Amino acid sequence: MAKKLLDKKDIDRMITRMTHEIIERNKGTRSLCLVGIQRGGVYLARRLSAKLKEIERKNVPVGTLDIALYRDDINVRKEQPVVRRTELNCAVDNEKVVLVDDVLFTGRSIRAAMDAIMDFGRPAAIQLAVLVDRGHRELPIKADFVGKNIPTSLSETVRVQFEEEGGEDRVILE
Amino acid sequence: MSLKSKDLTGIKELDTEDIELILDTAAGFKDVLGRDIKKVPALRGKTAVNLFYEPSTRTRTSFELAAKRLSTDVVNFSVSTSSVVKGESLRDTALTIQALGAALIIVRHPCSGAPHFLARHLEASVINAGDGTDEHPTQALLDLLTMREKRGGIKGLEVAIVGDILHSRVAKSNIYALLKLGAGVRLIGPPTLVPSCMEELGVRIFSDMDAGLEDVDIIMMLRIQMERQGKGFFPSKEEYFKNWGLTARRLMLARKNAVVMHPGPMNRGVEIASDVADGRRSAILEQVTNGLAVRMAVLYLLSGVKG
Amino acid sequence: MRVLIAEGRVIDPSQGIDGVRDVVIEDGKIKEVRERGKREGGKKAGGSRNVIAAEGMLVLPGLVDMHVHLREPGFEYKETIKTGTAAALRGGITSVCCMPNTNPVNDNSSVTEFIRKRAMQEGACSVFPVGAITKGQRGEELAEFTMMYEAGCMAFSDDGRPVTDGMIMRRALEYSKILGAPVISHCEDLSLSAGGVMNEGLLSVTLGLKGIPSQAEEIMVARDIALAELTGGRLHIAHVSTARSVEIIRAAKKRGIADITAETCPHYFSITEEAVRNYDTNARVNPPLRRKRDVEAIMEGLRDGTIDAIATDHAPHHMDEKQREFDLAPSGISGLETSIGLSMRLVDDGVLSLMQLVEKMAFNPSAIAGLSKGTLKPGSDADVTIVDTKTEYSVDAARFVSKGKNSPFDSWVLHARPAVTICNGKVHRWE
Repeated sequence: MAKKLLDKKDIDRMITRMTHEIIERNKGTRSLCLVGIQRGGVYLARRLSAKLKEIERKNVPVGTLDIALYRDDINVRKEQPVVRRTELNCAVDNEKVVLVDDVLFTGRSIRAAMDAIMDFGRPAAIQLAVLVDRGHRELPIKADFVGKNIPTSLSETVRVQFEEEGGEDRVILE
Repeated sequence: MSLKSKDLTGIKELDTEDIELILDTAAGFKDVLGRDIKKVPALRGKTAVNLFYEPSTRTRTSFELAAKRLSTDVVNFSVSTSSVVKGESLRDTALTIQALGAALIIVRHPCSGAPHFLARHLEASVINAGDGTDEHPTQALLDLLTMREKRGGIKGLEVAIVGDILHSRVAKSNIYALLKLGAGVRLIGPPTLVPSCMEELGVRIFSDMDAGLEDVDIIMMLRIQMERQGKGFFPSKEEYFKNWGLTARRLMLARKNAVVMHPGPMNRGVEIASDVADGRRSAILEQVTNGLAVRMAVLYLLSGVKG
Repeated sequence: MRVLIAEGRVIDPSQGIDGVRDVVIEDGKIKEVRERGKREGGKKAGGSRNVIAAEGMLVLPGLVDMHVHLREPGFEYKETIKTGTAAALRGGITSVCCMPNTNPVNDNSSVTEFIRKRAMQEGACSVFPVGAITKGQRGEELAEFTMMYEAGCMAFSDDGRPVTDGMIMRRALEYSKILGAPVISHCEDLSLSAGGVMNEGLLSVTLGLKGIPSQAEEIMVARDIALAELTGGRLHIAHVSTARSVEIIRAAKKRGIADITAETCPHYFSITEEAVRNYDTNARVNPPLRRKRDVEAIMEGLRDGTIDAIATDHAPHHMDEKQREFDLAPSGISGLETSIGLSMRLVDDGVLSLMQLVEKMAFNPSAIAGLSKGTLKPGSDADVTIVDTKTEYSVDAARFVSKGKNSPFDSWVLHARPAVTICNGKVHRWE
């Protein structure tokens, strides 16, 4: 039984606000790059980049990062996770990398993403932007930029859908 | 995603879904190979054993490197022929290796069917790195990946395989893989080395190389094993080169952008002319890189929890 | 000691009987085969009386397997006369002819005597040794036929190997005429079969295994028949496996070369080379398993009488020898305990009648080898096999009585199995 929590308007407003927060926190867009975590974070990262361009009139590079090879659950799964593309478009060394994901849950994906980024170089800082934080962290991970905090129970699932995949922008709770 | 079996014993045992999965995953791993730090922690803590009953530097090194890039611990067992003849049985050797905790066993053996035998008796995943004159599946997979990159897809391609088909496990694996993926396959070589019964599989057989190369997209040259010469399979290497060697002239008979491939190592001047081997149309070095990516993909996909 | 086998369906080709009868055994011989319920002259029989209820079952003369490898002397780790004959008995077989490729080879009377003595002490069924054709089976010099015959050999063969030299085979056939004993030929042209491990064809190429073309057998079948014609000797062709071999034998018999007989094995009419597809060494056998059209030709050959006998070529091997690379595993199938079950399928499929089956498995082999077995005529040895055809069972090779567990028929569901085997009047009941 799916319940729509947020619609297109809500999401757009959140993205606008998050973009302003990113600019404010980083005092502009210098040495900034966005990295979307496959797959959910990729569309969001591109939207943020587009919004940054709109507001600051600056191009912030956007890349994609696949974390399959860095997951901590490879030895306990029956099937291996699908390996997708990683194209950072970012020099990483001395850059401020903003990791972007759709939903923040246990924090393990972010841990894997940070390990992956470290293998590419030494960033000046790593920040985290997520659309939804649903709680239940299992590692000490915190998001710097959050669209909305949505408390959930463990039996529920939060799904973020973007127009780019077909369908409409929305966040649903199952 | 996972392969349907815990082992990779041959292309015969794979369906098209499995083949596509391996190729797609390998493409993903090529990315890793392009980075500065070419290593990922994916298979950290796992142990892979290279159990090679036949000498081989290329394939063994390729597998070793592939495993290390995935942060796997690698052990090399190079078994000399004398210990095969008078020592431990294959089964006992394999059980010992398994008892050491190996999750992946990569085996090359002179007897066809040896990997299948091991796969039946071990819980670990067995990967066939070449068994007798049966198959060499990772070679065919890397060849397919190369063809896919050069041509965009396999279906509808015309592929000519030239040389000693009868004794070539590389040729056989390629034949099965290409047929499964919808390519047209031609076998070219002397009648003594190309078994006519293979026509039943759906391939075309040519002893006239010029005729066989017309309209071909990919030319795969096989290594001629010089020992065969003494056994009446063909009279001399000069004779062989004259009839079945790939020269620049013959290359012109194929399609305009036909690609030349060879599993290596090459006998320059016997099956392939030097200028062709080093020429623009040759994908021989790409095959090597793809070999690494394909083997990483295979190790990765076979490492899920069993049962 | 009297035994009464009551109300079973007796099938005895030697007397033309196929019907419900009682069989009376006394002191190790068949006393009488009579209609149900009749008693001798109305009087009650004295002495202890064993009754075997055989209603619904087949009562056959004890089966005769004329091609068995008992491995003793020399290869006792694979099988012994004791375990091999026990396995035969379990399979309903009461007489076996054992091949001479032992160590030492049975090419002289001492070894023959050893085997016979062993069989008398420990054999569970009757054992008739086959003597070697050449000394050491090396194919160079004829062995001492008459001395082996007097010591108890019923036939001669170099089985395991062919007799490559045509002159030697010719002499063997000529010499055998003195004794009227058959020369059993293992037909294989070694130069064509060299290094081969399975049937040659697309499958062998696909599996990367060296093949043995069917011509390797056919050429020698033709040669031996020509030599039989030349010499007038008694030729018996062992383990026929190909369609063309059957054709050649059929044509020769039609031409009237009377002294040629032939046998085949249950695996040649039950499975094809496909059994090797997974490199299952239990399916490695020599001659190799062939193709569907060969299986069909073998069945037709049995049906029209071209092939006279069914023999198992029982070839037990130790597990360690079979559990290895296909190229290195020895050839052979442990067949004594699946023979009747597999052969009954020929009757199920309408290839043979029950009467014909019993001919192939008892009467003919006995006649060919010159034994006076395979019959329930009063006065003959009390060798009887009572077969239950109504209970299905699953073949469990691991629990074979034979030491050899090497069978490609493991887990097959069959429905014919001996319930009781009587050998020389001694009764063995099986669960």
